[in-house]
Amino acid sequence: MAVQLDARPPVAPAPRPTRPGLGNRLSRIDTKYSPYLFIAPFFLLFGVFGAYPLAYTFWVSLHDWDLLGAEHPFIGFDNYTQLLADPDFWHSVVNTLGIFVISTVPQLLAALWLANLLNRQLRARTTWRMAVLIPNVTSTAAVAIVFAVLFGRDFGMINWLLDHVGINAIDWKANRFAAWVAISTMVDWRWTGYNALIFLAAMQAIPRDLYESSAIDGAGRARQFWSITVPLLKPTIIFAVIISTIGGLQLFTEPRMFNSGTNAIRGGPLRESQTVTMYMFENAFAPHYNFGYGSAVAWLLFALIAVVAAINILLLRRLGGASRKEVSR
Amino acid sequence: MLTFTRRRLAAVAVVAATALLGTTACGGGDDAAADGPITLTVDVFGQFGYADLYQEYMASHPGVKIVERGTGGNLDEYSPKLTQWLAAGKGAGDVVAIEEGLLVEYKANPQNFVNLLDHGAADLKGNFLDWKWNQGLTADGKQLIGLGTDVGGMAMCYRTDLFAKAGLPTDREAVSKLWPTWQDYIKVGEQFTAKKTGASFLDAATNTFNTILLQTAGNSSGYSYYDTGNNLVVGSNPAVKQAYDTTMDIIDSGLSGKYGSWSEEWVSAFKQSKFATVACPAWMTGVIEGYAGAGAKGKWDIAQVPGNGGNWGGSFLAVPKQSKHQAEAIELAKFLTSAKGQIGAFKAKGPLPSSPQALDDPAILDSKNAYFSEAPVGKIFATGAKSLKPVYMGPKNQAVRTEVENAVRSVELGKRSPEQGWTDAVSKAEKAAAK
Repeated sequence: MAVQLDARPPVAPAPRPTRPGLGNRLSRIDTKYSPYLFIAPFFLLFGVFGAYPLAYTFWVSLHDWDLLGAEHPFIGFDNYTQLLADPDFWHSVVNTLGIFVISTVPQLLAALWLANLLNRQLRARTTWRMAVLIPNVTSTAAVAIVFAVLFGRDFGMINWLLDHVGINAIDWKANRFAAWVAISTMVDWRWTGYNALIFLAAMQAIPRDLYESSAIDGAGRARQFWSITVPLLKPTIIFAVIISTIGGLQLFTEPRMFNSGTNAIRGGPLRESQTVTMYMFENAFAPHYNFGYGSAVAWLLFALIAVVAAINILLLRRLGGASRKEVSR
Repeated sequence: MLTFTRRRLAAVAVVAATALLGTTACGGGDDAAADGPITLTVDVFGQFGYADLYQEYMASHPGVKIVERGTGGNLDEYSPKLTQWLAAGKGAGDVVAIEEGLLVEYKANPQNFVNLLDHGAADLKGNFLDWKWNQGLTADGKQLIGLGTDVGGMAMCYRTDLFAKAGLPTDREAVSKLWPTWQDYIKVGEQFTAKKTGASFLDAATNTFNTILLQTAGNSSGYSYYDTGNNLVVGSNPAVKQAYDTTMDIIDSGLSGKYGSWSEEWVSAFKQSKFATVACPAWMTGVIEGYAGAGAKGKWDIAQVPGNGGNWGGSFLAVPKQSKHQAEAIELAKFLTSAKGQIGAFKAKGPLPSSPQALDDPAILDSKNAYFSEAPVGKIFATGAKSLKPVYMGPKNQAVRTEVENAVRSVELGKRSPEQGWTDAVSKAEKAAAK
């Protein structure tokens, strides 16, 4: 049950001798166009459930759109100008980025380390590999509810444990940084194992002989890890970072379920743990029902994700150190 | 394709069953039965206490099956869901409950609802308190969106066991005499807190704030955040400031357990007996019973609210235009909001009737609530109900209220000083109203 990721391109079929006739032309058309046909379902579905809502949301964002209203006057980019000057929006951006950094950095490092461990000769290897995925198959809402209870101010287990070692109870929800940490724990609990498996798959594609020859040259485990494993994993790490960026900046269920009671969508009285998606919901639905403004938030979030993903790629390219070419022979 | 055929098969089965039922249902002689039974969905939140009424209605209307959704749910989750259904033109029940705060938003867009005046509702005017009837009307008075269910007459619920532990009287008459005013209530709270019972005097400052505000506003200008001309008056209405200052006194005296209202902690605190009093509109009695659970039966009682009267909440039943069975839904809504329906609901879960006939009914006046130590709830709530002074709500009441209450909460949690909190409340309310 080892996970294999083969990065090599498939072997090209040998060119067949040309035969004139209709059958030949049909088969040429077949080879040329049928791949498009095979991938068409994805693009059709994407068109209906991805591109259309995207465009429609943009259209809505250009209007003064009361969710229940009968008329929606066109107002151009007013929603956007108002939003860019909205301190509550930027507050939610800072929250989102804060939670993103606190959760993603340790998460990817831990995943890398976990993958490295799982890549060794272990007893009951498959069991371990499957076990790290268990948190990921648990429903997000269930995880969030359990964690919200653990991090409760008065009746939570974490504060009870802290109390035992003489630390005063922390109001996890009312303290902005503490709320970020609590939410990050939920995210990490769910996604570390998943990323570890992705890294593990990529690790197995690294040729063994690289490790053998480096061992002959006297490289220890740590040196092998940093000089062979990590550089060769770079494309996978970039993939994991982008996926984490998209997920992290759209974070909703965890912070939403972390808060409960009146106006949980606010993320606390001073919006301590309100993410951008929560701010979007607050505006598009209760209590504002301003669908146009909410749509503008959605589009700015889209732009934000694109920017952060681009920055991540640039950083990783810079920091990546040795590239694939330098390592492989 | 398999699922498709299966679904079709299921549809055929349902139709067959329906036909069977239709032929076997003999009694009643209702017209609806001729077309086969229809299902009416009723969307509610919290506890409306309709279960027995449905049974009765279904027995007399064999063609109708009633399904209730959302029982026990939080209003804050219900409102956006209902709004989305209305906006999407699909998904809402045939009869929907609307809380008075949300009704204001819906009245601005009445095209989503059936005009009940077109369906003979005008004759029912006398069945409701005047102000309750008027609340259901649009500004021009031409459309009636909802029929009133309950009103939120106010009292103070308290734990007799915790009061005894703190050496305070437990008898409801004696307790009522302890706090004619909110300042007296604070004094009692200080005595209670000094006894270190392990419980706070009250649950959260926000609920108490809202109680004081609605009471103060009802007894003075008759409006709170908006004046009757729909101008935002958070900063200038003395009732708001007075309620805010009293709440600050409560916070200063350390009486609040700071359990954010309706949060998980709040529910846990109910279960673990972590506070001694909670502001108690009539509908809250059902909520307390649900959250505190059977274990606390007989440990709660109900006293007069400090200050004088006040109304918090109360709901309406409306029929969305998207309903496929409007006529039947309207019939059901009329039944549930009739004096008889309101009495049934009151007996089941405690929402106080908005029908003067129901309020005068001995069934209400003599009723007692076993959960609350046999408190004479009929007497406590119903006697003052007809003189209740409603508070006017402006267009963005919900959003504004959210800002002001969160400002109160930020002071309660020690994140803001009372002065900062007040500045926040006024400025953020203005921003929310403009959105």
